[in-house]
Amino acid sequence: MNFRLRVWRQENRETEGRLVEYEARDISPDTSFLEMLDIVNDELTERGELPIAFDSDCREGICGTCSLTINGEAHGPRHPGAACQVYMRDFRDGETITIEPFRVGSFPLVRDLVVDRSALDRIVQAGGFISARAGSAPEANSILVPKHNADRAMEAAACIGCGACAAACPNASAMLFTSAKISHLAFLPQGDPERTTRVLRMVRRMDAEGFGNCTNIYECEAVCPAEISASLIAKLNREYARASWRERFGE
Amino acid sequence: MIGQLDAKIPPGPIDRKWANYKNNSRLVSPNNRRKFEIIVVGSGLAGGSAAATLGELGYNVKCFCYQDSPRRAHSIAAQGGINAAKNYQNDGDSVFRLFYDTIKGGDFRSREANVYRLAEESVNIIDQCVAQGVPFAREYSGYLANRSFGGAQVSRTFYARGQTGQQLLLGAYQALCRQIAAGKVEMFPQTEMLDVVLVDGHAKGIITRDLKTGAIRAYAGDAVVLATGGYGNVFFLSTNARGCNVTASYRAYKRGALFANPCFTQIHPTCIPVSGEHQSKLTLMSESLRNDGRVWVPKRAEDCAKRPNEISPPERDYYLERKYPSFGNLSPRDIASRAAKEVCDEGRGVGPGGRGVYLDFADAISRLGEQTIRERYGNLFDIYEKITAENAYKTPMRIYPAVHYTMGGLWVDYDLMSNVPGLHVIGEANFSDHGANRLGASALMQGLADGYFVLPYTLPNYLAGQIGKRPSVDHPEFARIESEVRARIERLLSTNGTRTITSFHRELGLLLWDKCGMARNAAGLREAIARIPQIREEFWRTVRVPGEDGSYNQSLERAGRVADFLEFAELMCIDALERDESCGAHFREEHQTGEGEAQRDDENFAFVSAWEYQGNGKIERPKLHREPLEFEAVHLSQRSYK
Ligand SMILES: Cc1cc2nc3c(=O)[nH]c(=O)nc-3n(C[C@H](O)[C@H](O)[C@H](O)COP(=O)(O)OP(=O)(O)OC[C@H]3O[C@@H](n4cnc5c(N)ncnc54)[C@H](O)[C@@H]3O)c2cc1C
Repeated sequence: MNFRLRVWRQENRETEGRLVEYEARDISPDTSFLEMLDIVNDELTERGELPIAFDSDCREGICGTCSLTINGEAHGPRHPGAACQVYMRDFRDGETITIEPFRVGSFPLVRDLVVDRSALDRIVQAGGFISARAGSAPEANSILVPKHNADRAMEAAACIGCGACAAACPNASAMLFTSAKISHLAFLPQGDPERTTRVLRMVRRMDAEGFGNCTNIYECEAVCPAEISASLIAKLNREYARASWRERFGE
Repeated sequence: MIGQLDAKIPPGPIDRKWANYKNNSRLVSPNNRRKFEIIVVGSGLAGGSAAATLGELGYNVKCFCYQDSPRRAHSIAAQGGINAAKNYQNDGDSVFRLFYDTIKGGDFRSREANVYRLAEESVNIIDQCVAQGVPFAREYSGYLANRSFGGAQVSRTFYARGQTGQQLLLGAYQALCRQIAAGKVEMFPQTEMLDVVLVDGHAKGIITRDLKTGAIRAYAGDAVVLATGGYGNVFFLSTNARGCNVTASYRAYKRGALFANPCFTQIHPTCIPVSGEHQSKLTLMSESLRNDGRVWVPKRAEDCAKRPNEISPPERDYYLERKYPSFGNLSPRDIASRAAKEVCDEGRGVGPGGRGVYLDFADAISRLGEQTIRERYGNLFDIYEKITAENAYKTPMRIYPAVHYTMGGLWVDYDLMSNVPGLHVIGEANFSDHGANRLGASALMQGLADGYFVLPYTLPNYLAGQIGKRPSVDHPEFARIESEVRARIERLLSTNGTRTITSFHRELGLLLWDKCGMARNAAGLREAIARIPQIREEFWRTVRVPGEDGSYNQSLERAGRVADFLEFAELMCIDALERDESCGAHFREEHQTGEGEAQRDDENFAFVSAWEYQGNGKIERPKLHREPLEFEAVHLSQRSYK
């Protein structure tokens, strides 16, 4: 298969970026999207040009490193899945494919298709944890968790932290990301003692990082590789309301 | 000069050693902990849990990783589960049995005392992870669920769907985040360690490169902990993440740390087969699938081209069930991998190139229903479909062995300290617990045991004698090592040849897969040992590394890692040649039983090979040190899974 690529090239935050055209020729349909970029990069290297910078690591959809906007869609056409799980057989032969980074104000550009998503780490640092010191844990089966709650916690915990939700959202909101972590811990009895402070701190951090508000457009859910449900955003709102109430009027 | 290797195994019977150790080891008081700076390189299960726990104890920790977030360490990709001797199933499990299975699974090439401690700590890991909110699978009663894994006849594996590594790592990552917020851990993502600095023979710092800006920096610490994972990517194609590398361990080796058993590399039996030249990595299908999937190939080579449903049951060879009736599809990895290679070598493999075997769920689906199988393995079936465009609920998966894990690593003593004082090594980066073959669901266990429960006890034993001994980065050694690091980067960038980095890496990988893969022999290893220096020489003469140093340059990152693989590969082959026996995953064709199983030679090879770098670029002549393995609690026997 052959493709024409339009790729965002930008040396760094200070310089201006632009879309540059490249050809990808003789690509087997079983090549993954990132492997196609590897091939293009090797050709660029051989020609003495600078390869395209893009992020990836596990290449099986779990580490959340890859972060491409393909033809205007975060992670490309194959939902649910990360950009590394897109294969060239998902495109038409001869198609022109536009590749851009995740465009979110809170994700500053590093180079070409690579952005800095440390804002998401800072949201977790604000309170996305249970303070359990190593050594102080009780016997595991002394904490019973109904299967239904354990399953819902797992569904929320499946978030891979890629930031596609924010990239797809017209408001650049990170609500789906934040709600997933809040919900994971709120569905479990172990998360209960810190439930109030956790949601207050994480939501405030999220706002301070400059992410936008949720206006119920649900683009986040559509692109999420981990199939996190947008209903968790409603849960986040309830958790936040409950916590604000407790903060104001006491427990 | 390194004298006799001393593993510093505590006295007493096997089940009292760790307790004795803890009763007698030196401690650091809370007031003094604040005075120590600990450098932890790596944020996977081992590094993440260690950094968080040391921070919690009051040490000042600096933690480094090459990904853009500690949450993305390669541990995230582990699928199947984590072992623990909880005996929740009442099926006869115990600490001793987990210990025994691990020793036997490793084909009697690991150190008893370390493995026993691992089995003891396994139960604490599950408690800790549940307390942190890791959403393990549960039964309707609310109790924790278990599944079975290879090499065991009990059900002791805890899991979170097919994403156990992700959930355990997020638990450690969240604990780490808490310490970052508390100011006890300073995190340096996208920062690669390029060398370790020794002052008066002790590891007291590292040299790093900031991958975003190219800045080279030195950091001093009272101790350095390497938790940098495994080196499976030396084979180019493996199930490891793209960035996994040997750089940190290999740099430490070149500064004097011993590298143990480098040839012990695990080939995992159930991976998606290679589909073409373009391929950049291989994808694992978790071993847990072998709980319900049955492995087979056609009995007759003529049937290989047929569709699987056109081959009737009597025409199929369920070769694992046939050869190993008591463990069947759950035979250990090395055995299952070799059996797959064997049937493919006989011309009975399926799929393109005849390099594949079927993993069939039809029986399980008719017994349990598709819904149950979906609940157990849904995400794995999805991954399989994304990659192959085939629906494994309807047609059997095609699988083939692939490089997966490395049992070898830097040599450590019972304290998890290398022969270089102050340099500790944990997780997959060390060699300690899995001998010549690792059992499934034991790497996660080891990483977390090391980080949460072992290093926090053994590190103080070193630190207690080190108060006030941390050098400043102005010490001349830092400047000296830093200039070597810079010179190497300049050399990589100035070669300005024509060949891509990938082409060298692929060439090396194919050579190793062929000569030092699932089966090895002396002639092949000698060929590889002769060929690797030539590839290396070509690399330094003709490689092209585009871009410059002072910015985000992924080619430069990769070039540095491949350059290290090109040296390390030779050490692997030397080790494989020297170990003139078969054991576990190290299968020397010259040494097999009448039935084609690995034939150990306990009389001559019951030891750990620990290699010492000899300097002056003479990679080909490392010096071998032997740590004899003594077995007191188990009886050395021919491994049998029949
Ligand atoms: C696909 C797959 C599935 C698996 N499934 C299972 C399973 O079900 N059960 C099981 O027990 N085991 C499993 N394993 C094995 C297990 O996941 C690993 O052995 C284990 O997670 C390794 O953990 P670690 O902390 O030692 O290293 P890693 O998680 O690899 O972490 C290494 C860390 O070191 C950092 N690093 C590396 N080099 C440098 C450097 N030079 N400078 C700075 N930082 C550096 C990285 O950034 C990273 O943070 C699986 C492995 C794979 C590949």
